[in-house]
Amino acid sequence: MAAGSSAPAVSTAAPAVSLNDVQVSFRLADDTTYTAVQRATLDVADGEFVAIVGPTGCGKSTLLNVAAGLIAPSNGTATIFGAPLAGLNRQAGYLFQADALFPWKTAAENVAIGLEIAGTPKAQARERATTWLGRVGIGGFGNRYPHMLSGGQRKRVGLVQVLIRDPKILLMDEPFGPLDAQTRQIMGNLLLDLWSADRKAVLFVTHDLEEAIALSDRVVIMSAGPAARIIGNWTVPLARPRDIGEVKLERAFHELHREIWEALKDEVMKGYQQTGGG
Amino acid sequence: MSRGTLLALQILVAVVCIAFWHIFATYTIGGVKLLPPFFFSTPFEVASRIVRWFVEGTIWKHLWITLVEAMLAFVVGSLAGVLIGFWFARKPMINAVFDPYVKMLNALPRVVLAPIFALWFGLGIASKVALGVTLVFFIVFFNVYQGVKEVSPTVLANARMLGMSERQLMRHVYWPSALSWMFSSLHTSVGFAVVGAVVGEYLGSAAGLGYIIQQAEGVFDVAGVFAGMFVLAVFVILIDMIVTVIEKRLLVWRPVASMDAR
Ligand SMILES: Nc1ncnc2c1ncn2[C@@H]1O[C@H](COP(=O)(O)OP(=O)(O)OP(=O)(O)O)[C@@H](O)[C@H]1O
Ligand SMILES: [Mg+2]
Repeated sequence: MAAGSSAPAVSTAAPAVSLNDVQVSFRLADDTTYTAVQRATLDVADGEFVAIVGPTGCGKSTLLNVAAGLIAPSNGTATIFGAPLAGLNRQAGYLFQADALFPWKTAAENVAIGLEIAGTPKAQARERATTWLGRVGIGGFGNRYPHMLSGGQRKRVGLVQVLIRDPKILLMDEPFGPLDAQTRQIMGNLLLDLWSADRKAVLFVTHDLEEAIALSDRVVIMSAGPAARIIGNWTVPLARPRDIGEVKLERAFHELHREIWEALKDEVMKGYQQTGGG
Repeated sequence: MSRGTLLALQILVAVVCIAFWHIFATYTIGGVKLLPPFFFSTPFEVASRIVRWFVEGTIWKHLWITLVEAMLAFVVGSLAGVLIGFWFARKPMINAVFDPYVKMLNALPRVVLAPIFALWFGLGIASKVALGVTLVFFIVFFNVYQGVKEVSPTVLANARMLGMSERQLMRHVYWPSALSWMFSSLHTSVGFAVVGAVVGEYLGSAAGLGYIIQQAEGVFDVAGVFAGMFVLAVFVILIDMIVTVIEKRLLVWRPVASMDAR
């Protein structure tokens, strides 16, 4: 398949993330098994921005957990830059869907910790953390504890906590989920800005189709669970650099949106009924 | 309600109680004294006893002894509780094996241990510290255990994704979580350290607040008993205030909850 119009044309190198026929089943308390993901095959090339969209409960977070090495697939394989994944994915940074900051550390300490544990001297790590916090517009909040920050501010701390370590792969699980529309747009542009600087491979989960198209090179659609599959794969023909607000006004955007939505809407209804709306 | 009004009301409660005590203990109403001084003493007698203790300086030695016993019990009990709680939480096997014994020991009323400790450790400080330790240990132990177990799985996964080794997880995740649980039970454990010391003194010793009260009881000196209880109560409140200050320092990162009830 063709990559997005401005994605780097590396096709010889191994993909950053490659899921092959991945199946994930959970053992439930009553000893039955629940197959969340039936069969997922997905490649993310180095430098590519891929968005996963799907109805709630279909297994998007589960797929990211597989790519992160937090869950071993019951079937199929995950390879990272060509090497089979065993244990944690050390090349990846993971921005979790739920709150994952250390509540007992300040914003700056939360950001600096990733460097400190890798051996960077404390003072230097703090300095870089403050710089990074400034880059996402919360430079003045370094001394606050997570509970003193707003939801959007926490998400930004989480984002730079991951970015400061400069991972080759970025896994993001609905990073802008709880934010209002305007803030989402600001954060989205911010993310594109940061990403365009060094083009990491990104696997971005969202339930917002517009956001997915506006941000990514490729949009992947999952069917409703249980036994979810990947049912569609669209290349986004929009030029970069993009402004999320403006790109949504383009005709190509609307055509693609309509096309993907046709495929998605039945699944959304199904997913809503099957998983009880969440 | 402003702080001033609140304080005024709180003082009013004490004044009213003492006034009633004074009236019923001094005046005969309808031919009977409702609070015969032999059993209830009088506010003036108790107050003058307390003043005398402090003026003569005899009380300081006892306060000091009780304080030392309580502090030692707290430190030893907490250390043991933290270490063993941490160990049990990280080693499910150990926990599974010892669990019934821990529960059994904790169910034991500590008072019955006092004579045995007196036998083993003598009538000095050591036996009181031992009694306090048995009380403090279990509170800290259960809290630290819970703290390690209750770490949010997402926070833990995040820490591992950030590249933390097992040792770094201990230091940056499990340890702070365990300590926060321990600190949140600080009032209880410090309180129990004092209880252990005083009960130990009461049941057999030669010094301390518990000893004073016990001595006074032995000779039906009700004023002495009340004076001792009053000094003990103030002593406990002072310690509790210090704990509150320390707690606020240590748990700045927490959303305000249990504090500021005043
Ligand atoms: N540990 C688990 N044990 C059992 N079932 C699980 C477990 N984790 C997830 N599931 C189930 O797997 C399915 C997929 O979960 P997942 O969290 O991946 O959904 P999602 O697509 O991220 O949904 P959302 O958009 O609401 O975040 C759900 O039906 C969920 O109930
Ligand atoms: Mg999810």
